[in-house]
Amino acid sequence: MTKEELIESGKLELYVYGSLAPDEQQEVHEMILKHPEVKEEVDAIENALYRLSTYTSPYLSARNYERIKTALNIGGGRVVNMRTNKIITFIGYAAAVLLLVGIFSIYSKYNNLQESFQVVSSEKRAMETDMEKSKLENAVFEELREGNFTRVTLAGQTAAPTSVANVYWDKESNSVMIDGKGLPEPPEGKVYQVWSLTMDPLTPTSIGLLDNFDENDMKMFRVANVTTADAFGITLEPAGGSESPTMEQLYTLGKV
Amino acid sequence: MTQEQLIILIKKKDPKSFDYLYDMYADNLFGIIHNVVKDKEESEDVLQEVFVKIWNNLDSYDTSKGRFFTWILNIARNTAIDKYRSKSYNNSRKNLSTDNFVHIITGSYNMNAKTDAIGIKNFINKLKPTCIKIIDLLFFKGFTQKETAEELEIPLGTVKTRNRACINELRNMLDS
Repeated sequence: MTKEELIESGKLELYVYGSLAPDEQQEVHEMILKHPEVKEEVDAIENALYRLSTYTSPYLSARNYERIKTALNIGGGRVVNMRTNKIITFIGYAAAVLLLVGIFSIYSKYNNLQESFQVVSSEKRAMETDMEKSKLENAVFEELREGNFTRVTLAGQTAAPTSVANVYWDKESNSVMIDGKGLPEPPEGKVYQVWSLTMDPLTPTSIGLLDNFDENDMKMFRVANVTTADAFGITLEPAGGSESPTMEQLYTLGKV
Repeated sequence: MTQEQLIILIKKKDPKSFDYLYDMYADNLFGIIHNVVKDKEESEDVLQEVFVKIWNNLDSYDTSKGRFFTWILNIARNTAIDKYRSKSYNNSRKNLSTDNFVHIITGSYNMNAKTDAIGIKNFINKLKPTCIKIIDLLFFKGFTQKETAEELEIPLGTVKTRNRACINELRNMLDS
C-alpha cells in the first residue's frame, strides 16, 4: 500500500480511534515513521478529533484540577515529597540489605553452632565411651582389690619366648582375670585363647578369648569362672577360637 | 509543547508535567467521558479515575502502541463505559448509541470558556446526520467497524471510507 492509498483508505482515522487490528496498527505505525506526509495526516485527524471532543466537554470547574492532584498525591509539596520518598525508598533498600546481611550472619552462626554442637556431641560420645571403659576398669580394680586373688605368672614358651602374662584367680568366687600386657598384639585374623589345664590326664578347657585385644588399653580381660585348675596357658588361635589348643602356638604357660 | 515532549516530561514525573497534561487533555477527556456517562458529577469522578490510570500507567505506554491521544482516549472510553455499565440494568453496548455528542453540545450546560458555543453548535449541526452518527460510534463510543456497520445497517466495507469522508468534512469546517 502506497502512502497515498493508505491516506485515502480511511485506516488513519481508525488508527487514531484505536480500532485497527494489531497488524494494521503496526503497518500504519511503520508508515508514519517512514513518511512525513502520513504523520502530517494523522496529526491533522487527531487535531480535528481533539477539538471536537473538547467542544463536547461540559464546563469543567477548577476544583477538579485540585481534586485530581490530591488523588495523585502531587500537591504543592511535591518536590519535597519526592525527596522524602527517595529517602524512604533508600531506607527501605538499606533495611532490606541489612535484613539480608543479618539473616546471612545468623545463618552462618547457626551453621557454626551446628558444627560445634556436632563436635561437642561426638566428644561427649567419646567421653561417655571412655567413662564406660573406666567404669569397667574400675570394677576390675575394685574386684582385684576386694577379692582374694592368686596370681599365676605365665612364662613365654617356644613360640614366643619374650611373652609373659598373669592370671588372677579368686579361688573363692572362681572369677578369673587375665593381664595380657606382656603379650604382643595378635596378627590380623588371630586371637589369644586362654585355657585352664588339669593334670592326670592333661585336660585343656577353654575359658575365653582375649577379644578386641588392641582396643583394651589396660589389657585386663575377664574370662570364664574356673573351679579347678592346675595350670593356665594362652595360645594363638584363628579368630573365633578353637576347640582344642594349637600347641605349636602356645605363647605362655604357668602352673598354679 | 509537543506531545512527544509532554510524554518525556510525564515519564520523568516532572512536577510540572501534570499541569501540562491536565491543561492539554482534561476538557477533551471530560467530553468523551461525559458523552458516555451523561451525568456531570459522575463524569467528574470518572475523569479523576482516568487521570490516576494515565499517571500510574505511563511507563507502559510507548509510541509503537499508537498515538498518546489514542492511548488516553482508550482509557477514558473504557473507564466511562465500565461506569456506564455498572449503573445500567441492560449491559448492552448498543444502549450507548441512543445519544450522541451533538445532543451534549446542544444541551443546556455547555460550553467551555475556551470555545465559542454558538459557533460550534452551528457547524456541528451542519454535519450530515450519518456523519454525526458514525463519528459518535467509532470515536466517542469506541465501537468496532463491525459493530458500527451493524448499528448503522451499512456494509462493513464502507465504514472506513464513509468515516473518512465525514472526518474530512469535519476538518474542513474546523479549518474554515
